[in-house]
Amino acid sequence: MSHTVPGFYDAATNAVAVLVLLIEFGMLRQALLRDQVRLYAAQSLVISVLALVVAASRAVPELYAVAGFSFVLKVVAVPWALRRLVRGTNGEIAGSGRFGLATQVLLALVAGGFGFFVSGAFGISSTVLPESAFGMSVAVFLVGFVMMVIRSDVISQSVGFFSLENGVSLAALVIAAGLPFILELVFLFDLLVAAVVFGVLIRVHHRSTASLSTRPLTRLRG
Amino acid sequence: MSGVLIALVTVGLAAALVSLVVPVSVGRVVSVVAGLACFGLALVLVPAAANRTVGTGFLRADALSGVFVLTVGFLYAATTVYTVGYLRAQAHEDGHRCRTRLLWCGLNLFCWAMLAAPLMSGLALLWIAIEVTTVVSALLVAIDDTDGAAEASWKYLLIASAGLGVALFATIIIYYAGARVLGEGLGLGIGQLIHAGLALPAGAVRLSFVLATLGFGTKMGLVPVHTWLPDAHAEAPAPASTLLSGGLLAVSFYAILRYYQITSAAVGASFGRTVLLAFGIASLLLAALVLLDQHDIKRLLAYSSVEHMGILAMAIGFGAPIAAAGAMLHVLAHAAAKSCAFFGAGTMSALYRTRDIGRIRATLDRLPLTAPMFLLAVLALSALPPFGIFRSEFMIVAGGLASPSKAPAAILVLLTTLAFLGLSFVTTRMSFESGTDAHASAAHGLGPGAMRARREPSVWLVAPMVAGLIALLVLGIHPPGPLQQLLHQAAAELGARP
Repeated sequence: MSHTVPGFYDAATNAVAVLVLLIEFGMLRQALLRDQVRLYAAQSLVISVLALVVAASRAVPELYAVAGFSFVLKVVAVPWALRRLVRGTNGEIAGSGRFGLATQVLLALVAGGFGFFVSGAFGISSTVLPESAFGMSVAVFLVGFVMMVIRSDVISQSVGFFSLENGVSLAALVIAAGLPFILELVFLFDLLVAAVVFGVLIRVHHRSTASLSTRPLTRLRG
Repeated sequence: MSGVLIALVTVGLAAALVSLVVPVSVGRVVSVVAGLACFGLALVLVPAAANRTVGTGFLRADALSGVFVLTVGFLYAATTVYTVGYLRAQAHEDGHRCRTRLLWCGLNLFCWAMLAAPLMSGLALLWIAIEVTTVVSALLVAIDDTDGAAEASWKYLLIASAGLGVALFATIIIYYAGARVLGEGLGLGIGQLIHAGLALPAGAVRLSFVLATLGFGTKMGLVPVHTWLPDAHAEAPAPASTLLSGGLLAVSFYAILRYYQITSAAVGASFGRTVLLAFGIASLLLAALVLLDQHDIKRLLAYSSVEHMGILAMAIGFGAPIAAAGAMLHVLAHAAAKSCAFFGAGTMSALYRTRDIGRIRATLDRLPLTAPMFLLAVLALSALPPFGIFRSEFMIVAGGLASPSKAPAAILVLLTTLAFLGLSFVTTRMSFESGTDAHASAAHGLGPGAMRARREPSVWLVAPMVAGLIALLVLGIHPPGPLQQLLHQAAAELGARP
């Protein structure tokens, strides 16, 4: 079995993918909602930069535009809207988890590790990024999913969903960099619409329960 | 036929925009006309789609699409007519005018997205159309602005969005699989991918199918990712519940079927069938057990939807042509029966001001048309002859018994019988058992005896139920020739082989 030393490009892009995953863990453990939103913006920024790198080094010019739209939407617009929502909730600055911090991180590690290693079994290869970045994207996706499940406030759950979508964006860069531009654009527009609806329903929830917490949501059973 | 396709994906959107800006009375007329027009267009599409694939630009319709377009078209027409009566009955409530405008706009948008989904030529556009149904329907669930509606809509949005995140992953992976064979820049055309068949990388296709079933299965209400469904169906206004149950679940099933077609072409049908059979049995089992002890009329119907989605998944899992044709008929018949049942439930829960089955009694004495039609709809849902679901389930079970393993078909018969017991027990009690007038009258602030008034609130509430029952009878006794051809062609497109 031969091993090749990864080139600078592979090493650098792998490092960026690891950074995306680390930020995901940072979001998971961050109690302050405002900082969680900032971390989401940082993660989105890293993915936009990665899209620029792929566009430049692998000659996929559409990705410049994707990176630009992604920046405007995920680094500026969605975090701004989420911060406004947090500000409008009368001093409720911290979210809460269903478990202790150590348990949360442990669960996320298990999910992320599962995603990273299992994704390797499907023989998915890439021409633009190292395959390990695909495993990383699956891990980001699953950690985002864990965050949606174990955090019990609407802002963290929304951030979990948006970061889960960042995992899909990373996967798309690895294995679907040539996706037609119009589709990329429509996906982003769709995310914008989803973000608006999340915002509306967060307001509805806050009006109904006078809190960002999802713990009161126990009426509907059976 | 291009004009019909274009009209189908523009009429609903135009009606939504118009109903948002014009006076409510005009918006109402526009919506009803749009609903009826889309149903008419769907009927025009049936014979053409049964014979060949028609398409223009990014629109494409084959027999499989035709079945789902017809389903949504019927629901669009029936629901808009029902909504006229539904809103008139609530005209005295606070904030009615603003809510009315939003409801009309939302219903039109919801139907537009559901009509567009089966007409999309590519998987990416299909995902987008289904995502649009999520965001619109989440707002529709919240529209009543109650605590229950807020809770249900949040759970729905969160769970369905996570599910669609999984489905988006499936879309990206199927793009990867297609691009390996067809080159970069692939538009994810359904026909292209099916045609590529065996050349597609097997591992990626399998992963994509499982993710698509899990992701779109969340919206379809497959167990264990069904948890949003009873809450959303129960808390949404009756017209939205109808569209969720009869239309949205079916359209999500359509998306799974498209992945099933590609997977069958790439790795053979047995993989997809096994996955669908597992999800189907789990859904049917849970629904049948919950139906035995359900106290909320709309949750009862919601779990009945889970049951029927389980039946659909199992039908495809059987792999027999007759079962696949039965599944296609089941999609149509379920939409007709469930719309009729949800309309009836909506009228009854508005009259009794409760969804608690224990407090809805002697409905036959008070609603001379709605109550018997509701009872018939529930009996139809329980697969009693001569209605369409009897015919479709008969075909599905026949297909199951023709499969190498008879056990799944036996499980299906056993569990649908259990579900029948649960459904029929509570609905016959609601219809025939007399209750105390005091409770109901007090809830209305009316004098004793007022609840005894034996009349229908509005003909607008009754007409769509009559249409639903007629459709069920037609589907059960003798479906028209072009429709039969459509169903069998759709089954053939699914590649069902003994």
